[in-house]
Amino acid sequence: MPYSDAILEHYNNPRNVGSFSQTELNVGTGLVGAPECGDVMKLQILVNPFTGVIEDAKFKTFGCGSAIASSSLATEWLKGKTIDEAMAIRNTQIVEELALPPVKVHCSVLAEDAIKAAILNYQEKQAVPAELVAAH
Amino acid sequence: MKLPIYLDNNSTTRTDPRVVEAILPWFTEKFGNAASRNHPFGWEAEEAVEKAREQVAALIGASGREIIFTSGATESNNLAIKGVAAMYKKKGNHIITAAIEHKAVLDPCKRLEKEGYSVTVLPVDKFGRVTAEQIREAITDKTILVSIMFANNEIGTINPIAEIGKLCKEKGILFHTDAVQAVGKIPVDVEAMGIDLLSMTAHKMYGPKGIGALYVRKKDPRVRLEPMIDGGGHERGMRSGTLPVPLIVGHGEACEIARLEMAEESKKTFALRESLRKQIMDNLPETFINGHPENRLPGNINLSFAYVEGEGLMMGIKDLAVSSGSACTSASLEPSYVLRALGVGDELAHSSIRFGLGRFNTQEEVDYAAKLVVSEVSRLREMSPLYEMALAGIDLKSVQWAHH
Repeated sequence: MPYSDAILEHYNNPRNVGSFSQTELNVGTGLVGAPECGDVMKLQILVNPFTGVIEDAKFKTFGCGSAIASSSLATEWLKGKTIDEAMAIRNTQIVEELALPPVKVHCSVLAEDAIKAAILNYQEKQAVPAELVAAH
Repeated sequence: MKLPIYLDNNSTTRTDPRVVEAILPWFTEKFGNAASRNHPFGWEAEEAVEKAREQVAALIGASGREIIFTSGATESNNLAIKGVAAMYKKKGNHIITAAIEHKAVLDPCKRLEKEGYSVTVLPVDKFGRVTAEQIREAITDKTILVSIMFANNEIGTINPIAEIGKLCKEKGILFHTDAVQAVGKIPVDVEAMGIDLLSMTAHKMYGPKGIGALYVRKKDPRVRLEPMIDGGGHERGMRSGTLPVPLIVGHGEACEIARLEMAEESKKTFALRESLRKQIMDNLPETFINGHPENRLPGNINLSFAYVEGEGLMMGIKDLAVSSGSACTSASLEPSYVLRALGVGDELAHSSIRFGLGRFNTQEEVDYAAKLVVSEVSRLREMSPLYEMALAGIDLKSVQWAHH
């Protein structure tokens, strides 16, 4: 199967590979997929709690080239976005940007899921202290 | 050295230039129909076909009269299985085969099952082997055919064919083997191994695509088949259709070369394969062999690279033409049924790459391939969340994965 130049570029030069400490309060981690399905994405966002802006994003992906490219692209798009803007990223935009063939659409779905999971994780971490405060 | 390097010789092989040379005149000046009995064009074509038939037969210890030319091993397998099933249905309706057979064996069996036959699909051991003992236990008084492959196309494991053949003889049951991967690579002898029907194809052994053969035993016992293609009664009525003389000449030539050179050649391909395997495994921890470590085809090695997905890896090693058990390209997301039948976990099945060394590979190519695989697997592991988790001491099996 021929791959688009955009996929190859992200595969060969993936952006933002790496990890943040999961225990940091301003880090949201999304881990989606399963090894037996052939794709696992870990996507992390580093959020400025005062502005709600995603200042940095990192990923690690086990998967095919399209999965690696989808997560690499997602981290690029996340940087500088607010949480609300990030929530609005759709898998179809990734499909379009990378020219993913139909059999690879699930890679973009996984990337969208990873973004949402990372944001949810961040929000949960933020909510915990608030609840603790309210309980007192 | 030319890139990409072809390391997919279990899929198909380059036609040997000597074979091409032998074929060419049969397209141009010698274009007769082998069935034309009334002029020299036909006579010379028939003579060429008969010579090729002997060459094919000689490679497997058969006689020329026992060779039926077909379009390839898929047709040979279909003809053997369906042909025996139809011809011997009064005798019984039970067929025994195994889980990691090629689809060209499994699917005809499935079709027969729909038509009322009973099929036993035997499981294989962790190396992909079936034992004669398993077959003995599965045989009933209705069993008419046992179909077990000689060597597996994905993992290269070789079955105990002579033992299975002996058992089938003892029980009076016909024994068919899909020997596509074995013929021309390792010794095959239908007499010594008790084989009644054998499928082979030219393009896996440096011959042309579109031609194959079915060996059909002529005596002790004389095997009879219901044909699938009716017509002019070619090939003793078992396979009608004008013979593709150029392809048959090529198949014969490929078999002749294999018969004369196999012993030397298999030593060379084995040495290349072991060099590739060692260079990779010595430099990459957590790399596993799929299939039998020793009892396998000389040119085949199938490896799983933990924490790295096979198709993703193939993109990184695009200078190498290989194949993967990962099914990321298929909509099903199911990895190789062969690796699954071995009990290789799905995650390792997704991480598998098959390397198929052959006649035209060189040490220089193997060295290049090994270096590329080591560097790309290392790069992708650094990018893999699974590798990171494993390094952190997390048991990946204990993780609650979000299946999608």
